[in-house]
Amino acid sequence: MTALLSIAGVSKRFRGLVAVDRVSCEVEKGEIFAVIGPNGAGKTTLFSTIAGSLEPTEGEIRFLGERIDGLRPDEVCRRGVARTFQIVRPFPALTVEDNIMVGALLRTADTAKAAATAQDVMRRLDLFDKRDREAKSLTLPDRKRLEVARALATAPQLLLLDDEVMAGLRPTETDRMVAILRELNAQGLTILLIEHVMRAVMALANRVLVLHHGAAIALGTPEVVTREPAVVQSYLGAEAL
Amino acid sequence: MTRLFAGTPTHGLVLLVLLLAALVAAPLIANDYLLTILILILYFAYAGQAWNIMMGFAGQLSLGHALYVGLGAYTASALYVHFGVAPWLGLLVAVPVAMLAGAVIGFLAFRFGVAGVYFAILTIAFAEFARIGFDHISYVGGSAGFFLPVAQYTQNDLWNLRGRPVMFYYVILALAALAFMLCHLLLRSRMGYFWQAIREDEEAARALGIDTFRYKMYAVVISAGMTAVAGVFFAFFYNNLFPEQVFHISRSIELILAPIIGGVGTLFGPIVGAFLLTGLSEAVTETLHVLGFEIPGAKQVFYGICLLVVVMALPDGIWPWLARRLGLERRS
Repeated sequence: MTALLSIAGVSKRFRGLVAVDRVSCEVEKGEIFAVIGPNGAGKTTLFSTIAGSLEPTEGEIRFLGERIDGLRPDEVCRRGVARTFQIVRPFPALTVEDNIMVGALLRTADTAKAAATAQDVMRRLDLFDKRDREAKSLTLPDRKRLEVARALATAPQLLLLDDEVMAGLRPTETDRMVAILRELNAQGLTILLIEHVMRAVMALANRVLVLHHGAAIALGTPEVVTREPAVVQSYLGAEAL
Repeated sequence: MTRLFAGTPTHGLVLLVLLLAALVAAPLIANDYLLTILILILYFAYAGQAWNIMMGFAGQLSLGHALYVGLGAYTASALYVHFGVAPWLGLLVAVPVAMLAGAVIGFLAFRFGVAGVYFAILTIAFAEFARIGFDHISYVGGSAGFFLPVAQYTQNDLWNLRGRPVMFYYVILALAALAFMLCHLLLRSRMGYFWQAIREDEEAARALGIDTFRYKMYAVVISAGMTAVAGVFFAFFYNNLFPEQVFHISRSIELILAPIIGGVGTLFGPIVGAFLLTGLSEAVTETLHVLGFEIPGAKQVFYGICLLVVVMALPDGIWPWLARRLGLERRS
């Protein structure tokens, strides 16, 4: 039984700077896997190598046993890995529904079928009432949900949530997002998220990978990881200071 | 057909039918001068629609569409003059030639990441290459111009596009109507959605699995091919071609004014823009003429004023504003 996503010895160097340093981990089907770490720890770089926007300097990334490192972002998405962006980027002049239609049309050329998928996704993410609104007129929490909705419409097996899908949300909104992601996970979607908001990580993740200076310093359940002295010192300690 | 107009309000359809009926009936009351102006309007509506696919739908700014007009015009004319090939058959060569040119430009730009302003400059450069190049192709007259045989036509020869303005009028009306329907279908298709995604945010589009290179190529190639048809019409209507004029950048600019003023990315924008610009500018020229003024360049000044007013007052173009006024906003 191979893992859904396996990262083996992945490094990314920008000239002299080592952003990601020989990171290895496996994401199993059906879990919610979080990557945490202080600013500059290499979380987003690691994320980008998985999503195809960066090619790792060394190492292998496999999805369902097949190499995906070095593929273009659109090819990675077609394999079944969808992503959101750190700074939300919906298509501003398109309506909520059309935004999601774009995602749904990846799997079918039939606009009627895509519209049905879009409707379903909008209902699941509380966007149905806003379907005719232009994306640029939405509030931040709505835009974040729209971004998740659009990614979901591509029918992914693995959803990559870039940094701060929760950031900027009020606690109640965070809880709502957590509930939505849990529900999606319960329906079989594997989620890999990069997150700063510990409240969300503790509530969501089955397992957590902690990065520091590009290297993995801990891996385990949230409870175990947050008790590791190295983690407390590098991340929580640094935050506390 | 039902799917084509799904979501359009009923009074919108009525207006559309009335407009089409008025255009079909126009030759009954219009004289040749008025018909010529209507031909010009529909010509710009058609070509604007073609340009709009690239810029309005897919977000790729071309300032060199005169290239495709010229390639279409010269190819079909050369086949007609040298081999007696009718323009409708000439299209079968002219359109692929323009598509090939579009594909070359698109490939160079999109493969090597030339985007935005630099892409626009590249399109100008290719049109300029053609302008200078065709000056030296004596097979099609070089800088001295290329002429199609003209005679006093008593009968309209539709097959060879030789005849009176009324024939040309119906040809361009049909082309404009077809272009409108084609663009409507394209916009509501998977490709249309992908184009709009690319226009709005190319990186986000890529993250949703869209092969942006491929879809941008489709946009350029389809737009170039459609524009070449306008070129063939242009050649057979005017009967003379000069590289200095056909490929000149002012031709490329002229072609994009209608969609910009009417509304980039909208289906009615190019049509509304063409009617307003060409109609009003002809009216201005005519009024000045009647008043005894002969001012060279008055038309260009008028274009400039129109553009200024629209850009300042209605940056999205006239159509989105007009549609709101008429209560024609699309409901889904």
